[in-house]
Amino acid sequence: MSSHPQSAAHGQPMVHEHIVPVSTYLAVFITLLIATGLTTWVAFQDLGNWNVVVALVIAVCKASLVVLFFMHAKYNKGLSRIVLVGAVFWLGIMITFTLADELTRHWQISPQPWAGAIIPVIHRLLF
Amino acid sequence: MSTTATVESLPNSSAEPQVNYLNARYGVKSWLLTLDHKRIGLLYLCTITFMFVVGGIAATMMRLNLLEPQGALVEPETYNKLFSTHGIVMVFFFLVPSIPATLGNFLIPLMIGARDVAFPRLNLLSWYIFVTGCLVMLYVVCTGGVDTGWTFYPPYSSAYAHTDVFLAAMAIFIAGFSSILTGMNFVVTIHKMRAPGMTWFRLPLFIWSLYATSVIFVLGTPVIAITLLLLGVERLLHAGIFDPALGGDPLLFQHMFWFYSHPAVYIMILPSMGVISELITAFSRKRIFGYSFVAFSSLAIAVISFLVWGHHMFVSGQGVYAGLVFSVLSFLVAIPSAVKVFNWTATLYKGSISYEAPMLYALGFIGLFTIGGLTGLFLASLSTDVHLNGTYFVVAHFHYVMVGGAVMAFMGGIHFWWPKITGRLYPDLWARFAALVIFVGFNLTFFPQFVLGYLGMPRRYAMYPAEFQALNVLSSAGASVLAVGYVIPLVYLIWSLKYGQVVGPNPFGAKGLEWTTQSPPLTENYVKTPIVTEEAYAYENAPEPEVARV
Repeated sequence: MSSHPQSAAHGQPMVHEHIVPVSTYLAVFITLLIATGLTTWVAFQDLGNWNVVVALVIAVCKASLVVLFFMHAKYNKGLSRIVLVGAVFWLGIMITFTLADELTRHWQISPQPWAGAIIPVIHRLLF
Repeated sequence: MSTTATVESLPNSSAEPQVNYLNARYGVKSWLLTLDHKRIGLLYLCTITFMFVVGGIAATMMRLNLLEPQGALVEPETYNKLFSTHGIVMVFFFLVPSIPATLGNFLIPLMIGARDVAFPRLNLLSWYIFVTGCLVMLYVVCTGGVDTGWTFYPPYSSAYAHTDVFLAAMAIFIAGFSSILTGMNFVVTIHKMRAPGMTWFRLPLFIWSLYATSVIFVLGTPVIAITLLLLGVERLLHAGIFDPALGGDPLLFQHMFWFYSHPAVYIMILPSMGVISELITAFSRKRIFGYSFVAFSSLAIAVISFLVWGHHMFVSGQGVYAGLVFSVLSFLVAIPSAVKVFNWTATLYKGSISYEAPMLYALGFIGLFTIGGLTGLFLASLSTDVHLNGTYFVVAHFHYVMVGGAVMAFMGGIHFWWPKITGRLYPDLWARFAALVIFVGFNLTFFPQFVLGYLGMPRRYAMYPAEFQALNVLSSAGASVLAVGYVIPLVYLIWSLKYGQVVGPNPFGAKGLEWTTQSPPLTENYVKTPIVTEEAYAYENAPEPEVARV
């Protein structure tokens, strides 16, 4: 239940916001620029099966920095964290069920070689 | 009585012209720069009504073309553009924002006892973003259209695209941000701005349903936005994302598209269910049967809706095992949906039922949505879907849910809250007549399509075998009746703005905070912040209706 029902409409802060120093923002920004450069450099390297893995690891690190610092997830509690966890969980749903298709797409049921040999035997036994 | 303090402090609403949100300020600027949630709701209402007319014109031309087996009106290429325009406009520019952005915007603060939504400026921005998306889409329609269908499936939208797919996708991309902002605004408003005493379990069920809808807005819309952006990136930069020739996977598009677009079905139907809960209780003058079950079924539908998208892909080449899982999960949605239908029916039992126009729409909704929902189970079954997929059976099924469900509830809601919005009543006889015409026209249009689909007529074809003509003529005739049914309310609602009977705060004797303030409400909604002391739908304490019951 809201204890200050009208305050948000007037732009009054509901809770005390954590003030992040500009230096932190600058540090995160520079780290993101470096990581972007790293992404570009890695894209031109042939790491075989690790190409996607490495690119995704860098991307997840960059996204985490944005969420933690620029979106203040590091300093927020309660409902904001639930929203964050919910969003990540929902992303997980999308990836998991998409992979459920991608990884099983070729598992079509088809007669196996051993079945061709065993079915006449069973037929003889029964009939 | 929960909110007597507010009611008693108001002047007699019908005695003399009073200051309200409509006459507090005048001029175009006062509307275009308004931060009042009620005015923004009306801006949305005008915008989506215009888009509904655009989508309706496309549908009319399609039905006219299908009067003859060889096509009576347009070339097949034009027909492709017509069904694409109809689908895109109706889904993304009418149905998705219909109830949330109009009635939701107007009613949420009123229903929870707040002065406005949490972020009024963001609310206005969301309308401007939506209008921008509409204008981009209209530009596409006027400059050649798009022929991919509303689903934008590759390769229609990639390798074989020869229309302005990118711009059409961008129109939806832009409109999507409007949905995200609206959803976020509603979630924060419902969490933070409820009046004292308005606990979660005293909230009207309309609010619960819009809360669930807003969660889908926030979680799902970014996915469709990024999917359409990736489509644009592939077309412009030739990056291999969905095109197999470039190393992409076309089914990846379908996964990402339906991850949003199936929950989007519930964006359209959940608010409708909220409206129906309000109408059924008001016109049977009875508490809702099983409040908490109806409330939590909205959340259950919202969650499960994200787990079922693969039933759109049973015959697309999706893995068999994924198909099995999606089929089982799809059946689960029927449970919370059935909870609602049974609870509405139980609410009617021994109620003091009257048949005003909003109630006729509500009763129509229950029947039509049930048919739409149950035929969905046919399509969720792997084996029957192989026969029915891509046929008119699917078209009939989703129109029973989207039009028979969502649009019927939208019409019912508009009629129910129209006296609150405008302070005037429409001619009830005409309204009941229009509801009947819409019900008959709708069934005449779409029931034959179930039969056509079962017989094997595929959707999205400009021509068909001659043996299907009788049913197609029946369907087109029904569409004409349906169109008349939609024009009648448009005429008498506009007429009522000037000539309608002036009514007081609560013409239907309904429960709910919004009925305790004057009609039309003040810009600030309430003279004093209401204090809520009882649960919703306590109809044993309801005031008598101002208008005669029928």
